[in-house]
Amino acid sequence: MSCTEIIAEYGLRSLGFGERLLPRSDFTLCHQFTLIGSGLIWNIYFGVLALTFGFFLATGLALAKAADNPLIRKPAEWFIFVFRGSPLFIQFFLAYEALVMLPRAGVNIFGLTVQTSWVTSAWAGALFVLFLNTAAYSAEIFYGALRSVPKGDIEAADAYGLTGWHKFRRVLWPTMLRLAWPAYTNEAIFLFHATTLVFFSGFPAYQQRGDALYYAKFFADKTFNPFIPYPIAAFYFICITLALIGLFGVINRRLNRHLPQAHRPRLRIRPQIIR
Amino acid sequence: MKKLILTTAALALCTGFAMADTVRMGTEGAYPPYNFINDKGEVDGFERELGDTLCEKAGLTCEWVTNEWDSIIPNLLSGNYDTIIAGMSITDERMETIAFSQNYYPPAASAYVAMKPDADLTGVVAAQVGTIQADYVAKSGATLLEFATLDDTVAAVKNGEADAVFADKDALAPFVTEGGEMGWAGADVPLGGGIGIGMRKSDTELKGKFDAVITEMKADGSLNTMIKKWFGDDAATF
Amino acid sequence: MFATCTDPSQLEGLSWLLCYLTSGKHMLFYGSFLVVLALMLITAPVALAFGFGGALAARSHITPLRWLGKGYTAMVRGVPDIVFFLFVPVALDQGLEYIRHLWKCPPTGQPVWANGEFNVCAAAKIPLSTSPQIWHEAYGFALAVVAFSVVFGAFAANVLYGAMNAVPRAQLETAEAYGMTHRQVSRRILIPQMWTYALPGLSNLWMILIKATPLLFLLGVEDIVYWARELGSTKSQIYAYPHPDWRVWYFLGLLCYYLAMTRVSEIVLSRLTAKLSRGQATMAGEAQRKMAGGAGA
Repeated sequence: MSCTEIIAEYGLRSLGFGERLLPRSDFTLCHQFTLIGSGLIWNIYFGVLALTFGFFLATGLALAKAADNPLIRKPAEWFIFVFRGSPLFIQFFLAYEALVMLPRAGVNIFGLTVQTSWVTSAWAGALFVLFLNTAAYSAEIFYGALRSVPKGDIEAADAYGLTGWHKFRRVLWPTMLRLAWPAYTNEAIFLFHATTLVFFSGFPAYQQRGDALYYAKFFADKTFNPFIPYPIAAFYFICITLALIGLFGVINRRLNRHLPQAHRPRLRIRPQIIR
Repeated sequence: MKKLILTTAALALCTGFAMADTVRMGTEGAYPPYNFINDKGEVDGFERELGDTLCEKAGLTCEWVTNEWDSIIPNLLSGNYDTIIAGMSITDERMETIAFSQNYYPPAASAYVAMKPDADLTGVVAAQVGTIQADYVAKSGATLLEFATLDDTVAAVKNGEADAVFADKDALAPFVTEGGEMGWAGADVPLGGGIGIGMRKSDTELKGKFDAVITEMKADGSLNTMIKKWFGDDAATF
Repeated sequence: MFATCTDPSQLEGLSWLLCYLTSGKHMLFYGSFLVVLALMLITAPVALAFGFGGALAARSHITPLRWLGKGYTAMVRGVPDIVFFLFVPVALDQGLEYIRHLWKCPPTGQPVWANGEFNVCAAAKIPLSTSPQIWHEAYGFALAVVAFSVVFGAFAANVLYGAMNAVPRAQLETAEAYGMTHRQVSRRILIPQMWTYALPGLSNLWMILIKATPLLFLLGVEDIVYWARELGSTKSQIYAYPHPDWRVWYFLGLLCYYLAMTRVSEIVLSRLTAKLSRGQATMAGEAQRKMAGGAGA
């Protein structure tokens, strides 16, 4: 079988297209590259969606944590503490166990039957956990940035007569983002790395549709040779990391476009938040 | 894959220092009544008793080690332990990578268990990853849902994630007889060529020893007695 | 454990629970908490040493060494940690056994990796298959420590590299003005002063290390996750203490354990930070000075 045929058959295997059975006897380099790459689709899916949704929840949580009213502040503080203080691995497991307790037939809300059976599948359940998790980590970053917004900026906004939503949208939020961006870039990188945990606890692989590490482990177990599949997976993740650094760097330049060239903070990638 | 090993506080039969002939017995420890970890934290079950008897008769010193099911063959091959005695059916596919002793348990039936007897066996079926049953389901046209342990597969049926679970009949039996809510579904499926001890292909000497002792135990009926003790009087015997 | 526990099937309610929670298997479960603690306490200094080496290499004047140091940190940053956890112990174990194979085994003429088997002669096994079980466990644990240290060492290298660059240039110049050599400046000023700048990053790393420990079971160590899964799973009548699937309760217990660990670490580390920033030319040190000054006035 030529490599093009293998790509045609297994390229979208992780989504359920193409060959139904995983390879059983021939584990060529092409097979491994194709299947592990196919699994990467899930890592990207989880990473992109969780980051996108998590960004908005994180902004809200950061504001809530900075609020004076304890009724708003306390729940946000607890939410952030629980998700940042416990391993993602255990969060996945508990979330799965909690989700399967939902009644199968669906929940009846005001006469409408809401289907619940889909929430236990990885694409929904694990995404939900990752979303909450990244929201908690990002919220802590945004909260720190919010507290470091220079006093002068706020005074200037007051002097212009900006209040409420306008003050937030025009002054606080952009400054917060600018300050938080380097740390947020790290969060994004480590969130992508965390997506590899999805199929290791709780969530089952439906019809052997797994992520990159699921297939890497499949090959390592079948060929008894860890020296090929894991470096392939590592290679793919290095590519993702480089792409992320590039993308976030572009946004960083845009966020800081008003500053003189020399003052623009360079993105420094530090490992601050892995799970 | 070495040292992906999950050793229990398994007791060395004799305290370990016997020279050459220490055989490390690898098992899963989560597949009652074949093998499980009892409340003292030791490996127990049909295979523990059988293994100890075999080692005693063959004059070997044996030590028990547990390992997760999905990496049990890789760890054997990298020399982490010397045998797999974990309810592993003899199949052609496995024979390509490891050697088996002759079977110590006759070809066993695999069965479906579901919440209702008329469950859709071509729907979503749960199976333990890397088992012959998982293979069978993947080929049967049903939607395979893979889990790391037997317990997870049964849990998936109870919570409705899967329509049925397909596994070794004897291992499923306690869930049916004790749970009450689940029952057998469909007909039994005979799979595999019985259960044997898995070994590295290069360990021909060890294979010879175990084969001889198993033949002896089959002949004098002591193997049948042991099977009946652990699996009940209805169990298939030699 | 207790005399009343000899026949669990006769027990009910609280006394059943008490006997259940003190069974031999549960004792192993409680013991595994110590294993996890030991892993963290051993990994922390080893990883710090790795990090120190990495940071010094990355600052080195020798170009290949600098590339090595920078490559190491960049590598670990780009790749998910579980990939390392799955890969490092296996690679290390096979590598070590292969070296011992070359040294101890008579030449057999057969390749070590053949037909998917990894075959070294009995004398090259680590530990020898005749050695008691405890050595096998200790060896597995040591491999886990190395795997964790490789990953966390890279992170620590990053933090320490940044901290070394953060030490005010003026302090180093003062030392040079006193006639200290390059090595003396490093040893007497740079490294002692670096710690205040490194502490926030290192505390963060400690928190990450705590949260990475559930992955230990992937490395084959019988840790708390292993036992929580084993104890919680459905127990049929064949066991002395039959019960349905209780894994969710065990995992809730683990959740509480990790939250408590995080909280305690936060408190301890914040005290340590306060102590280390005393008299430093940093914002935290400045704030302390102001506080003290205000109280005095």
